[in-house]
Amino acid sequence: MQNSDLMSERSTTFPAGIEVERQHDPDTGADTMTINMGPSHPSTHGVLRLVLELDGENVVRCTPHIGYLHTGIEKTMENLSYYKALVLTDREDYLSNLCNNLAYSLAVEQLVDVVIPEKSQVLRVLLNELERIASHMLWLGTHALDIGAMSVFFYTWQDRDLILEIKEHMSGVRTKTSWICPGGLRGDMPSGWYERVESFLNQFPKRMEMYEGLLSNNPIWLERTRGVGVLTPQDALDAGLTGPSLRASGVAWDLRKSNPYSGYEQYEFDIAVGQYGDVLDRYRVRMEELRQSYEICRQAMKRALAMPGAPVRTNDRKIAPPPKAELDTSMEALIHHFKLFTEGYHPPVGEALGVVEGPRGEKAYYVISDGSNRPYRVRIKGPSFYNLQALPKMCEGRLVADVVAMIGSIDIVLGDIDR
Amino acid sequence: MGLETDQPFLTVSMNKVVNWARKNSLWPATFGLACCAIEMMASTDSRYDLARFGSEAFRASPRQADLMIVSGRVCKKMAPVLRQVYDQMPDPKWVIAMGDCASNGGVFNNYAVVQGVDQIVPVDIYVPGCPPSPDALIHAIMQLQEKIDQERFSQRY
Repeated sequence: MQNSDLMSERSTTFPAGIEVERQHDPDTGADTMTINMGPSHPSTHGVLRLVLELDGENVVRCTPHIGYLHTGIEKTMENLSYYKALVLTDREDYLSNLCNNLAYSLAVEQLVDVVIPEKSQVLRVLLNELERIASHMLWLGTHALDIGAMSVFFYTWQDRDLILEIKEHMSGVRTKTSWICPGGLRGDMPSGWYERVESFLNQFPKRMEMYEGLLSNNPIWLERTRGVGVLTPQDALDAGLTGPSLRASGVAWDLRKSNPYSGYEQYEFDIAVGQYGDVLDRYRVRMEELRQSYEICRQAMKRALAMPGAPVRTNDRKIAPPPKAELDTSMEALIHHFKLFTEGYHPPVGEALGVVEGPRGEKAYYVISDGSNRPYRVRIKGPSFYNLQALPKMCEGRLVADVVAMIGSIDIVLGDIDR
Repeated sequence: MGLETDQPFLTVSMNKVVNWARKNSLWPATFGLACCAIEMMASTDSRYDLARFGSEAFRASPRQADLMIVSGRVCKKMAPVLRQVYDQMPDPKWVIAMGDCASNGGVFNNYAVVQGVDQIVPVDIYVPGCPPSPDALIHAIMQLQEKIDQERFSQRY
């Protein structure tokens, strides 16, 4: 679409401003008003647009409109080799980059049938749990900000920045590292990295106490969250919820326990399960998940430190590049390196599903190979899309002021919904 | 200077004083789109503290903002909305295209993404990076302040 098309579309069909429309119900004598929330709104966590039909302050109907961040990631991946398509997974759900990397890598590894070294499995778990902490920190800060607790945001971002610095230390970029790749990891951790993780973990329990102190018994917080946006277990299952939003409704379903990947079965941790399925329970479940992630990080650190110098990439030179030092001495390594980064590899015809428990729920990459060096089709299952489906159910009959609390509580990322 | 009189006054060029006021109180509109919005939020946190440059007051209403930071990929469905928000901002107003996607489409050279937000709104500063770090955004705001300092204030009203 050209520039002029965009402008002409705006003048004719532009619906994204405020639509005001009153409907009179002759039976009750009540007027409803339709208002528009988003797509440019501070509390919709991105470019979500909600059309709310209101009866006074009460929401009669809530219709989410999505697609304002549709990026065509699935289609673009079809035009890139398997190795290069990895970088797009970072940009899809942009708060759980390493979890997306892992889901895609698991799928591609099934296709090419490669076994990856033990140390990379451990580091994958460690990185995923750090990513979960970072994502939940962002959720906590913005969720509290939406409800009106400004200061929590500044504290949680300090912790999040520490994790981003951990990622920057290992890869050079703060967020989109693509560090987990098919065949293992891009490289081993640089010197000083474990100390940095250690120092983050050392101060983390104290920070958690502080967050609990700021919110858990705060009467305003309880007033705004308790009994708001209740989802029964059946509602949650019907809407296809996954992740903490599902567990808050009392369904103990976590892929890390039920279908362990990357060696999660070797770690000791509990699943946080809620009781009432309201906004408060979703908060409590995520807070408990943070503590469990911390425990997993500790265990993974111990394992990783016990394997100094162990390989973190598969030895299969068709899948992963050779070590840099080999390129200077070995002609074969040079050819492998060149072939990998120009042409890539050709997995056999088939299809594979890589699925992980991301910070927001089940993240799945379904990759179909037609035998060429590029995926024939990549389908991304984003948990936010399904979690959003529960929003109308939660909103209807509630106050319009509670809508932002409910949006925050399901922790949606629009990049994950629209892809 | 006039400080020694009973009623002190300063002699200064109008251009300097207006530009000084404008550049040190750039209020951005909260126009978070994608990944870059997260880094934009990071630039306001206590670690990077955009408040040092007078730009921490993110306004939810474009009517109260004079800087639009286009942070992230703009898809074709969002483009008219972006233009609408820009039109709602009062003059004088400036635009920062934050990140590769907003600058030229970035990695997403496909059917869905507008290949550079400069097709829709006039852009003053482009920030490279995917996503740019908060330091890069702060640098962009400092560059914009320098740019504003060079402007003739009467050309922006």
